Amino acid sequence: MPRVGLFIPCYIDQFYPQVGLATVTVLERLGVEVDYPTAQTCCGQPMANTGCTDQAAPLAHRFFEIFRDYEYVVCPSGSCTSMVRTHYDDYFQSEPAFEPFKHRVFELCEFLVDVLKIDQLGGKFPHKVGLHNSCHGLRELRLGKGSETVGPAYNKSRQLLAGLNGISFAELSRVDECCGFGGTFAVNEEAVSCMMGLDRVADHETAGSEIITASDMSCLMHLEGLIRRQKKPLRVMHIAEILAEAMTP
Amino acid sequence: MSSSSKDQILAAIRRQQLPPRELPPLDFAPLVYDDPQQHYTETLTGIGGRVVVANSIEDVQRDLDQHDLYVEARQICSLVPGIARANVDLDALDDPHQAETIEFAVLPAKFAVAENGALWVTDENVKHRVIYFICQHLAFVVPRDQILSNMHQAYERLSFDSPGFGAFIAGPSKTADIEQSLVIGAHGPKSTVVYLLG
Amino acid sequence: MPTATEKFNHADDATAFVANHARAKWHDQALWFVRQKRDRMANSLPEWEALRETASSIKAYTIAHLAELLEQFERQATKLGAHVHFAKDAAEHNEIVLGILQQHGVKKAAKSKSMLTEECHLNPFLNRHGIDVVDTDLGEWIVQLRNEPPSHIVLPAIHIKREEVGELFHEKIGTEKGASDPTYLARAARRKLRETFMEAEAGITGVNFAVAETGGFVVCTNEGNADLGVSLPKLHIACLGIEKLIPQAKHLAVFLRLLARSATGQPITTYSSHFHGPRPGGELHIVLVDNGRTDILRSDEFRRSLNCIRCGACMNTCPVYRRSGGHSYQSTIPGPIGSILAPSRDAETYYSLPYACSLCGSCDDVCPVKIDIHHQLLTWRREIAVRGYLPWSKRLSMRMMSLVLRRPWLYRLAGSLGRFALRWSPRFMIYNGLNAWGKQRELPLAPKQSFRALYRQRQAKNGKS
Repeated sequence: MPRVGLFIPCYIDQFYPQVGLATVTVLERLGVEVDYPTAQTCCGQPMANTGCTDQAAPLAHRFFEIFRDYEYVVCPSGSCTSMVRTHYDDYFQSEPAFEPFKHRVFELCEFLVDVLKIDQLGGKFPHKVGLHNSCHGLRELRLGKGSETVGPAYNKSRQLLAGLNGISFAELSRVDECCGFGGTFAVNEEAVSCMMGLDRVADHETAGSEIITASDMSCLMHLEGLIRRQKKPLRVMHIAEILAEAMTP
Repeated sequence: MSSSSKDQILAAIRRQQLPPRELPPLDFAPLVYDDPQQHYTETLTGIGGRVVVANSIEDVQRDLDQHDLYVEARQICSLVPGIARANVDLDALDDPHQAETIEFAVLPAKFAVAENGALWVTDENVKHRVIYFICQHLAFVVPRDQILSNMHQAYERLSFDSPGFGAFIAGPSKTADIEQSLVIGAHGPKSTVVYLLG
Repeated sequence: MPTATEKFNHADDATAFVANHARAKWHDQALWFVRQKRDRMANSLPEWEALRETASSIKAYTIAHLAELLEQFERQATKLGAHVHFAKDAAEHNEIVLGILQQHGVKKAAKSKSMLTEECHLNPFLNRHGIDVVDTDLGEWIVQLRNEPPSHIVLPAIHIKREEVGELFHEKIGTEKGASDPTYLARAARRKLRETFMEAEAGITGVNFAVAETGGFVVCTNEGNADLGVSLPKLHIACLGIEKLIPQAKHLAVFLRLLARSATGQPITTYSSHFHGPRPGGELHIVLVDNGRTDILRSDEFRRSLNCIRCGACMNTCPVYRRSGGHSYQSTIPGPIGSILAPSRDAETYYSLPYACSLCGSCDDVCPVKIDIHHQLLTWRREIAVRGYLPWSKRLSMRMMSLVLRRPWLYRLAGSLGRFALRWSPRFMIYNGLNAWGKQRELPLAPKQSFRALYRQRQAKNGKS
């Protein structure tokens, strides 16, 4: 079994430790040897997305130094994974070892499906789940087919969830519209961001979601913030939490 | 003045030495329909047109005679031989503005395209091309064996080496500029019927 | 158009638009409806993605060979009997058009939709010189009557409700008071604009595609206004940006298959008119305009934005555009592609547009010519920071954040202090005017311990170090 360096995004480390633990549980139950290098902090995405690439660069280099020797790097966030795989190139123009490295960095679901070749996980989760397809996972990492594109349908997160006993899906009217988090966008463009989020929540309510899940906790942090303020009877769970719960006897 | 602007623009472009590129081959397989006539009919109907299969020009006339828009039209122009009641001779008009009072026109088209419901028309032997746009209602006659599947096939047929006008026309004019609400009949013809002849 | 001194920030205009929630919702749904039509049309062609790829390559070829293609186009068009003009900028474009109109003694011109003439502000310029220009596309006419710019490049009046059109028409052209039926209103406009078409002494159009090989060009409309406008008077002036060229006529197949499907979800526009030379007895002028395009062409990062064929699909899919309205961008071309083009013109004034984006990437995937829009917006953010247009507060906070994140001990400390503060501060300390997050949202419930602390305990329990 492969040895995996666990990449836990900073906001999960600080605010959602249970998501990190669930990720460890899922990987270990599948026999993966997991190591969490504690020198890690943040991939630098907030700075890069604000345009402050000179502030992001040292973080990118730290990241590479911390993780470069692992066979694989796995992260419970499509967005942070994509930061490394699709947006780090500029910082490593003179570092040939980066190119092969970045292809060893995986989002959790894609690691399970593409590397571990898992078809069905087993376990049960008897709830009606609404899957939020987080944008960077969908349109940068291509974890699923986006509604914009033409071609055969696939969706790695949904495929893993669909294998759980008792689960049912709430079918949304807009299957992959952005939730409006968008990093600093959430505060820069607060009005639009919140309207986008409330529209997503309403779609889930209409579709009968009991739990909103996603492969990115940042989207869920935003949606949960709105849900809690409005005291709506909806829960959010990261997909790792659902998989870990289902796999735990 | 304008020639120096041209030189400046071209020089500005050429200052940036971009590596030359190859044109992509158009080598993908475009959709080809088993039954282009059926697909053409469905497509044109979907965009507000009407399709009638006619074995002869008499069939066309019989269908026209059943429709009020034709029967009640006072000024009718036809560039298709054999249409009764055509009473405006386009060639006799000196000025295209005079075509404004034409209520109904019957015009030939070269071929049809199934994927989008379009017909190809030109100003060849059409003294005032405005006739395609200015009449209130329009009927086209196109040979039934001239229905292509897609636009790639269409352009294989076309050449543009001499001055002239040509257009793909797909159904009646329309607008959705008020609240995305579809209104058939914007500035051009308010209705279009296509006779597939032969 | 704003200037740098007015401190235009997209978020302010967006906030104002969202404040009318019912209207923002209506706007969002109207455009989402168009996006859905686009999806159905795209899916009707199995070769859709190959078409997009091909279109993108053709456009890349065009940009790489633009100088030769422009020369070829000029040669061919001239051979067909057209007059070809080149204009460096908007002012020269407007002077050329005015000169042609004055030479022909034109007092009234019928114009069909052209984003280029919007970009050059041709209408007010001609008006100042005593020439009446009527926008004949229904949506354009509506916004012209309201004396405001279009809010969308394909659906200029998408922000206006039918009742408002009814009121406007009642006031301007005497339709019945209170009448708001779209067919009734469109018919009234048809009658009124027929008078314009009959009176106009010149037709002005934009151009969708100009073919270097043949010297001809194609204009696409649904209403038939471009064709009526240029088939009645003897004079036709066609205005286009230099990036509108395509190499060969057969490439029109690729672009005409993509354009209307992407733009409005139609299989093709009602009219796709191919003009090769003037009509017998008529005169055709073609004005090729740079107006900043060669500057974009020289930028490795933003050159691909010149691929744009102005279909508006990126606007229809953009979750921000749909909820903030086209006018919130305060630029001729709004939405995602406009947020690349506007800062190319004036980065200081339009610094906020690249940030009016959640980076969802949907625009990239609907773009028929595969412009990597959201990546270019990210690149613009970097440019804006480098050029010093980012507000100091943002620059400072990012610098502080980076300083902390480079030092694990400081990060751990800041994290636990932050969580502690979140857990124990009274609500008013956290939820106040300074906290944009907390205006409509709760902050996450701060856990006592971070993941790293819990992980260490777990490893210790399992006997690992």
